[in-house]
Amino acid sequence: MILETEALESRHGLLVAVRGVSLGVDAGETLALVGANGAGKTTLLRTIAGAHKPRAGRILFDGQDITAMPAYKRVALGIALVPEGRRLFTGMTVAENLQVAGAHGRKGPWTLETVLAAFPQLVPKLSARAGDLSGGQQQATAIGRALMTNPRVLLLDEVSLGLSPLAVDQVYDSLRGVMQSGTAVILVEQDLGRAIGVASRIACMLEGAIVLQGDAAALDRAQITEAYFGLQRHAARNGHAAQNGQDQHA
Amino acid sequence: MNFLNQLLQGALLGGFYALLACGLSFLFGVMRVINLAHGSLAVLAAYWLMTFCNMSGLSPFLGLALMLPAMALVGWGLQVAVLNRSLKAGPLIPILSTFGVAIILDNGMFETYGANSAALGPFIGDLAYGSWSLTDTIYVGQLDALIFVAAVIVLGGLTLMLRYTPLGRTIRATADDPAVVELIGVNPHRIYAVAVAIAMVLVGLAGAALGLRGSFDPYAGGPLLIFAFETVVIGGVGSLWGTLIGGIVLGVSQNIGAEISPHGFLIAGHAVFLAILIVRTYSWGGLRFPLRRAAA
Repeated sequence: MILETEALESRHGLLVAVRGVSLGVDAGETLALVGANGAGKTTLLRTIAGAHKPRAGRILFDGQDITAMPAYKRVALGIALVPEGRRLFTGMTVAENLQVAGAHGRKGPWTLETVLAAFPQLVPKLSARAGDLSGGQQQATAIGRALMTNPRVLLLDEVSLGLSPLAVDQVYDSLRGVMQSGTAVILVEQDLGRAIGVASRIACMLEGAIVLQGDAAALDRAQITEAYFGLQRHAARNGHAAQNGQDQHA
Repeated sequence: MNFLNQLLQGALLGGFYALLACGLSFLFGVMRVINLAHGSLAVLAAYWLMTFCNMSGLSPFLGLALMLPAMALVGWGLQVAVLNRSLKAGPLIPILSTFGVAIILDNGMFETYGANSAALGPFIGDLAYGSWSLTDTIYVGQLDALIFVAAVIVLGGLTLMLRYTPLGRTIRATADDPAVVELIGVNPHRIYAVAVAIAMVLVGLAGAALGLRGSFDPYAGGPLLIFAFETVVIGGVGSLWGTLIGGIVLGVSQNIGAEISPHGFLIAGHAVFLAILIVRTYSWGGLRFPLRRAAA
């Protein structure tokens, strides 16, 4: 495991957003986090990236405990987050957004040239202000900016949120190359079909905890949907034959 | 002809105001901090140059080689000891804490250097009063021209640095979103420290100009801060070239005011500042012109 969390807990004030999450990814693996709004997916990614301080638990990177490490040092180790809402430096050009990330991250195969080869839709927009781009171009720039730091673990929050279907296809086409290059990817995706399509493993979150986890090939849509809405737990509470989501954990 | 002369002298004075204001403008653009110790720090820099000249007998221009790095260190210390801590407590606290720094500096300088006014003019010989005559009645002071050119070079250099260097890009990205630069491997506090150090070098240059072109005393910081602040607001907050224009507008207004009435110098400057502040507040999209516009 290149990245592991152990019983990770994160809070927003009194609200427990992530409760006891233990998961891991291997190099080259793509883990899709699914779950309803407010399930804690974004907070989990932000905690792994170091943008949110955990309350309890540990985060291990290559076996090294990085729980207390500031976000900018985690980037040097090889963790990059594409934040929800993209958060580009809107007053700067696309090229500058990429260059500024390239100057501070790890060195590796991702450079301005290779990022532009992966996201050819950015080439004509290089000197445009990032704030003036379309949603799809902004998402491509945000992913490109994260890649410029040459991550070993790429965290993608809400890749397709607010994008046209065509733009989503385009972004995922580019991501396929990234996933095949050996980079571990954890992505949050609202579109269940797409999550099953691209991920090697799926983890479903409900109210801060992981209620279902397994190989994408081994899980079917109905199982995930049940876990997504907490139907199993509801059924168990009503005295039906309990099929607890945690059983799927192994 | 006299009017034309006032226009020219006012524009040259504007160069000094621009040099005085660019550190204030830069720091606000990057960190959203209004440094109320700005004027006092410029006076401190002028005193340090005077001390250097008194002790060594050398030119104040050589003294810059010592004073500017010392000011950069002051900036680093200011960031670590004052700004970094007070920024955590919201936008108002840095204003109060830099006000406190100004009081400490003013009284510390009064304690150290006494109440007499000081000047660097005696150390630079002819340059202090030398001038070129354009016509029979219009003269351009050599020192005024030098300061104006220095202001243009400093503002131009700063703009180019922000636009084209990796450090400049990092500073603009940090100004844009300090939380997100952490996610690309930048420690925003380190960039803030660099920015404050740069701002203090700019303050050092302003202090040198202050000492060279006239006299100063331990409590000169307050009025300087007001002129710097007016320059920044007239020119557009955070906009570096706007700072030059703001300085020129302020300098020209003051000189034309002085031409109209002996008391007009300050009144005209403040009146123009207030008029532009009101116009800016109610039209032109408000006061905040971010740094990124300046560099774009």
